[in-house]
Amino acid sequence: MSFQNIQAQFQAEFENIQKNLNGKRGSDFNTIRTKSFAQFQQLGIPTVKHEDWKYSNLKNLDKIQFSFNPKSSFSKSNLEVLPFASLAGISICFVNGVFNEQLSQLGNTPKIKVLTLEAAVEQIPDVIEKHYGKYIETDKEGLSALNNALSNSGSVVVIDENYVLESPIIIRYISDVKTADIAVNIHNLIVVGKHSEAKIVEIFQTEGEKTAFSNLVTEIFVDKEAIAHYYKIQDENDQSYHVGTTQVNQEDKSYFYSATITLNGGFVRNNLNLVLNGQYIDNHMYGLYIPNGKQHVDNHTLVDHKLPNCESNELYKGVLMDSSNGVFNGKIFVREDAQKTNAYQNCRNVITSDSATMNSKPQLEIWADDVKCSHGTTTGKLNDEAIFYMQSRGIPKPEAVRLQLLAFAEDVVSQIKIEELREMLDTMIENKLK
Amino acid sequence: MLKISNLQARVESKEILRGINLEIKPGEIHAIMGPNGSGKSTLASVLAGREDYEVTAGTVEFNGKDLLDLAPEERAAEGIFLAFQYPVEIPGVTTINFLKTAINQIRKYHEKEPLDAAQFLKLMKEKAKSVKIDDQLLRRSLNEGFSGGEKKRNEIFQMAMLEPSLGILDETDSGLDIDALKIVAEGVNQLRSAERSFIVVTHYQRLLDYIVPDFVHVLYKGRIVKSGTKELALELEEKGYDWIKSEADALEASMV
Repeated sequence: MSFQNIQAQFQAEFENIQKNLNGKRGSDFNTIRTKSFAQFQQLGIPTVKHEDWKYSNLKNLDKIQFSFNPKSSFSKSNLEVLPFASLAGISICFVNGVFNEQLSQLGNTPKIKVLTLEAAVEQIPDVIEKHYGKYIETDKEGLSALNNALSNSGSVVVIDENYVLESPIIIRYISDVKTADIAVNIHNLIVVGKHSEAKIVEIFQTEGEKTAFSNLVTEIFVDKEAIAHYYKIQDENDQSYHVGTTQVNQEDKSYFYSATITLNGGFVRNNLNLVLNGQYIDNHMYGLYIPNGKQHVDNHTLVDHKLPNCESNELYKGVLMDSSNGVFNGKIFVREDAQKTNAYQNCRNVITSDSATMNSKPQLEIWADDVKCSHGTTTGKLNDEAIFYMQSRGIPKPEAVRLQLLAFAEDVVSQIKIEELREMLDTMIENKLK
Repeated sequence: MLKISNLQARVESKEILRGINLEIKPGEIHAIMGPNGSGKSTLASVLAGREDYEVTAGTVEFNGKDLLDLAPEERAAEGIFLAFQYPVEIPGVTTINFLKTAINQIRKYHEKEPLDAAQFLKLMKEKAKSVKIDDQLLRRSLNEGFSGGEKKRNEIFQMAMLEPSLGILDETDSGLDIDALKIVAEGVNQLRSAERSFIVVTHYQRLLDYIVPDFVHVLYKGRIVKSGTKELALELEEKGYDWIKSEADALEASMV
């Protein structure tokens, strides 16, 4: 399998960026870029021969001619009619990978920084130096290397020490594909300081019916005793390709709490990687995907327990309709030193059509001997007896099915700590399951 | 109210009902008894519209309508209620939410306005009290983690809420201890009225001590082979089913 066409496009874009560096070619930043591009050239775009990409085939990407970060006239009035537009909070918005100030409400204070990458390099170089690009692994995953090489935008969010930020920070990504097929590479950094708490919401949406290829990396550093809530909400069109890696580094006694909700998207691949770099760390990962039509949703998660006394807890749920595909791969590593680890994983799926498929694979690798770990995965149809039971009480079959699917999804949605977001999601899920 | 004529049904290629005839008038309680595998539960299921069974012959008329022509939810809306032998657990759907949806769907069928939250809660409180079911239980996921007795009591509570004209109890006594059985029977007795009829399917006579039937029918090999009054149930309790089986088998042999 070859990706000659698309690789050539990335090569040209890389050269284009290099040409316009304006004397910054020798910067540390650019050294990393150049190295990452070499890694990408070596690793390439993953094919189905790659074990981690066995069920997710990117081959159709090669047929598309992309524009990189093209200009867009997407405006406030366009945003206002999109779902989640009214969600209250500090927000930073990117349209086709480009920061859009009009659509953002940054609200910076001494305790909170919400900046573009360019501004962060100027204003908080020490934070960038310490954290940016330090957690993502570019030597294994070709698309992460590509992201590192090509990303020239992104957000940097820093919550200072000992601070509880109650209102959410919303990072909104709009792909305006009304006229052109676009490719964006965005790289974000989120730092939640010692003993602080923050809620981060990433929202992905498209405007128009052409193809967007979004290749994203979000690095999250959760410092000692900090609490980070992280919600990734995807509502993109059926032509879109989304490959996103969220790389989380947790320190002692920190808490990371995530929900990844895929409402819509043509091809979605979410990597959620957690490295537990301390003791007494806790994390909960929830996921919900409800693909229909020919949508393809792939969630890969990895939890790396390096030290003792940590707990990880994972529940992913899927409702697969029509001819959609779902993939779940959950890796848990428990290293030799990570005694007294508790690690739980569960993936449950309901298939509502004979042509939908689900591939689910738990992968536990345990080197320590005093641990509690469990995993389970189920895929099946709704219980006919339960549907008949509801019908026998006067509830028509379609309504009986819908009620049960909503109850199934609610297990995940109810974990979200932002009430307004929960209500918006409930409405959207209800509409989609109609 | 209900008129079953020559009803025959099978599951896959196995004939289970082989010509049932039964007429039930308003306010009557009919007990259906019989040995295991005689078709008692099948009859209950066919009346409620379970898809697993194929009706191959016969008719069922319910309040002037062709019952077999209706979907299960339409039968419920027309006034049929099946209390399940094994009530289903439905995670994430509370009994309250479930019943509110059910009642309002039935109201919609009859072109009535839906009940609002206050009206519904008032009705619920009243009925919960009458069948002695704990409010807290109703706030939990439907039947999930309920004891056998709680599940059966919840069935009776649902019946009280939906106010059917024909209640069908499918082995409601199975798995109940005597105290739970009394509570369930008391709930049913409260629902008795001159308009409401019941079919009580049971293997044992004991339930009929508490829910006293007007008629008792014995089902064997898919047919009603004997009908009588409540004394027949007592006779079965004493003598078992073997004498009925021999009588029926002898009759069948003589007809061949």
